[in-house]
Amino acid sequence: MNVDLSRRGFLKLSGAGVAATSLGALGFGEAEAAEAAHVRAFKLTTTTETRNTCTYCSVACGIIIYSKGDVRDGNADIVHIEGDVDHPTNRGTLCPKGAALKSYVKSETRLTQPMLRAAGSSKFEPITWDAALDKIARAMKDDRDANFITHNDAGVPVNRWTTTGFLAASATTNETAWATTKVVKALGIAGFDNQARV
Amino acid sequence: MTNSWTDIKNTDLVIVMGGNAAEAHPCGFKWVTEAKAHRGARLIVVDPRFTRTASVADVYAPIRPGSDIAFLMGMIRWCIENDKVQWEYVKNFTNAALLVKDEYGWEDGLFVGYDAEKRDYDRSSWDYQIGEDGFARTDPTLQDPRCVWNLLKQHVSIYTPEMVERICGTPKDKFLKIAEMIGECSTPTKTMTSMYALGWTQHSKGSQNIRGMAMLQLILGNIGVRGGGMNALRGHSNIQGLTDIGLMSNLLPGYLNVPTEKETDFETYMSTRAFKPLQPNQTSYWQNYRKFMVSFMKSMWGDHATAENDWAYHYLTKLDVPNYDILRMFELMNSGKVNVYFCQGFNPLLAFPNRGKLTSALSKLKLLVTIDPLETETARFWENHGDFNNVDSAAIQTEVLQLPSTCFAEDEGSLTSSGRWIQWHWAGGTPPGEAKHDTWIMAQIFLRIRELYRTEGGVFPDPIVNLSWEYADEGEPSPEELAKEINGRALTPVMDATDPTKTLVEAGQQLLNFSQIRDDGSTTSGCWIYSGCWNEKGNNMALRDNNDPDSTGAYLGWSFAWPLNRRILYNRASADMAGKPWDPSRKLMEWNGEKWTGYDVPDIAPTSAPGTVMPFIMNAEGVSRLFSRGMLRDGPFPTHMEPFETPVPNVINPKIVGNPVARVFADDAAQFGTSEQFPHVATSYRLTEHFHYWTKNNAVNSVLQPQFFVEVSEQLGEEKGIKGGDWVRVWSNRGSVKAKAVVTKRLKPLTCDGKTVHVVGIPLHWGFIGAARKGFGPNSLTPFVGDANVETPEFKAFLVNIEKSTAPKEGPVA
Repeated sequence: MNVDLSRRGFLKLSGAGVAATSLGALGFGEAEAAEAAHVRAFKLTTTTETRNTCTYCSVACGIIIYSKGDVRDGNADIVHIEGDVDHPTNRGTLCPKGAALKSYVKSETRLTQPMLRAAGSSKFEPITWDAALDKIARAMKDDRDANFITHNDAGVPVNRWTTTGFLAASATTNETAWATTKVVKALGIAGFDNQARV
Repeated sequence: MTNSWTDIKNTDLVIVMGGNAAEAHPCGFKWVTEAKAHRGARLIVVDPRFTRTASVADVYAPIRPGSDIAFLMGMIRWCIENDKVQWEYVKNFTNAALLVKDEYGWEDGLFVGYDAEKRDYDRSSWDYQIGEDGFARTDPTLQDPRCVWNLLKQHVSIYTPEMVERICGTPKDKFLKIAEMIGECSTPTKTMTSMYALGWTQHSKGSQNIRGMAMLQLILGNIGVRGGGMNALRGHSNIQGLTDIGLMSNLLPGYLNVPTEKETDFETYMSTRAFKPLQPNQTSYWQNYRKFMVSFMKSMWGDHATAENDWAYHYLTKLDVPNYDILRMFELMNSGKVNVYFCQGFNPLLAFPNRGKLTSALSKLKLLVTIDPLETETARFWENHGDFNNVDSAAIQTEVLQLPSTCFAEDEGSLTSSGRWIQWHWAGGTPPGEAKHDTWIMAQIFLRIRELYRTEGGVFPDPIVNLSWEYADEGEPSPEELAKEINGRALTPVMDATDPTKTLVEAGQQLLNFSQIRDDGSTTSGCWIYSGCWNEKGNNMALRDNNDPDSTGAYLGWSFAWPLNRRILYNRASADMAGKPWDPSRKLMEWNGEKWTGYDVPDIAPTSAPGTVMPFIMNAEGVSRLFSRGMLRDGPFPTHMEPFETPVPNVINPKIVGNPVARVFADDAAQFGTSEQFPHVATSYRLTEHFHYWTKNNAVNSVLQPQFFVEVSEQLGEEKGIKGGDWVRVWSNRGSVKAKAVVTKRLKPLTCDGKTVHVVGIPLHWGFIGAARKGFGPNSLTPFVGDANVETPEFKAFLVNIEKSTAPKEGPVA
């Protein structure tokens, strides 16, 4: 039995996760056992599959995210993303962008903490979420109180705030969109747009 | 999209014009190859560049960027001249027979009512003659010279194949070959589909490009049928949803309008929204506008929106200008009139035109807040990157807060595809570091501001402190709670409109769909067109039945499509006046003597007998519009207009510059370049290996396409002494970029109005952040002007010059 054959036979018989110590029982010699010990376990065993949608264009291809750990426990680590064969539109296929989705999720330029760039500075410095959010709320309240137009010259209530603007995204969920709409429209921000404008 | 991606397999002819689906939407384009392989469908590509879509086309024709209207009007003229018209459809399902006011007219490139000073039309004559019965006057025989059909014939008469060649540079023989292929689809049993994207929208007359094709599709009888339609491919995964939910300066959810300050109270606002039918027996579904509006206000402000206070009408902003769109906001910012600006998942420093102006504008803010999963150029606009971002950090006083958000993989909720399928997804990963969901971030900002107004008081706190915010965890509304709110529920029992003793929905229950929305304050619905997405049956967006009975491509059991799970809009038009399918082999809907049945959810009241209610139920006419009345600012028919920067004057009237009613700010007008200084036409485009400015953050995609380049023809290369791999400088009247040159056969010089026109192609994927090499985007060069109706910037046609050059300097930051 050559090594290649024994590796294939091994996988076929017992799956990839079997420890080397059980090999003797299957009748492999020591050479095969040593070789088999080098075989990487199939990386998607023991992963959780999650249905998702590609984040890029609006073809909206179905994808499956494979992760180790558990989202509910805060330790789900994505190890693989592939097309969803059940999806009617893409039937499992992905394009050169979608096929590299994991590279986006794991990008070195993903942001991991709030940062502040002070006036005139040439660098970002970390800031806590609380401090950042307090700063935003204060700046918005002050600007709104100073510049909100309650009535126009004719005395008509117009409730318009044009000195603060908000650009919404293009890939957030409808639920995020609804929460954003509620907040932005309630504040009276007139300069509100999303990527569809472009 | 009127149809869906999976429906494209049903077509006989695909025309890709204003898009490049094979490269920008590869998995959707698969359905084109499916139609080619299994139906014998053919593919036409009309594009300035021989794209990969063109490489598998049956016919490819080049066209000068920004000249599409002439091509499309030429095509309509050819179809009319050659009797390639689906007559039963045109006579019954379009407004061809309706009579237009005597005052309406067109001359020398302009419609009646033009005011050069205001850059606007008085559109009052662009409308129907109304009879004594209150309905539009018609001539079903199409003999009256004032009927829409005859006015259309007259309007398109100038667009001969010779004129098309003169304006577009498209060789006459190519045009005629395409015309013959398209003309075949005027029979009831052959169908064409139109696939378009930003190649049509990013022009100062983008809306009219799209109308041009929509009109052609109506003349061919291709709207509402399987394998037909107007299919906007759409760029981002939820750009459809964000627009549906109304995240625009002039919109409220479900395509309701933000009031203007002329609409001084709710009844005045409603008075122009009665949508009284313009022909007998028509549905004119927008007559329900008040229900949708009141229920939206109830979703926003709950018990604080009452009949007595006009449903809190004055909590809403009233606009003094048509739009506070992005161009206007950056113009205001650049004038020092904006203090705080948010960018949620948006990178305007690369996405908007005239980057020099953008940098100047951002530098005048007090506070910029970015919310994004990734580093963006916008968040670092103040950082010096040599030639790639040559700014003086110390001189920029803007404070910048960069907030990390989660990405799709760590988020739960729904996204709306271009085919209007609202698909639910689940989180598969834990967010990195301290990254937070956008919902959490928005809630945290809101709660803090509300607290400040509660404790300190302030200017008009009512809409803030009274905003309905009833979530299990105020600090992070769940996707389920928000989705249910979008759908809507009964606040008090909803009774059956036909039997007031019968309760349709108990108080507290989710509405079945928008048929149960009321205008008396008894219901909420955040976005009426989405109603039905999460009713008492549960989360319909999460449905995953991929059965497709008789392989029609409808997939009614997969997710939820708005409206009402309907997959093809206007689908009643798939059957003739008697209710029989135009093409029995492609049946979609059919009248069975009692009701409409078929493979889709009928787009008409199910018991409306054929011959009475017409298929275009949203329109007051009940029919579709070849003549769009005063609904678009720049004309009831599309008319040829040049881009603001053009190599040739408008041949119809050389005095007309660009779109005569597009809004142009004074400083931007001063920056338009002329063809004497900038002789070449430039256009922007995407590559198949990259997605906008996102994938340059990925190692994989950055390896596939590492470096910014511009594409020129062999002829222009020879003229300028540029070889493939040379460094070149490309500049407009607004900026300059350096790039590697790619000299190709994919671009060829065109002859327009006797002049040789070279096109320079500029892909848009590079910046100064990420894993790819530093580069520039086309927006360093493009003009700051938008479409006259929707203000989408003119990225697809502008003027540049080009010369051989040297490498750009990297600058101090690596």
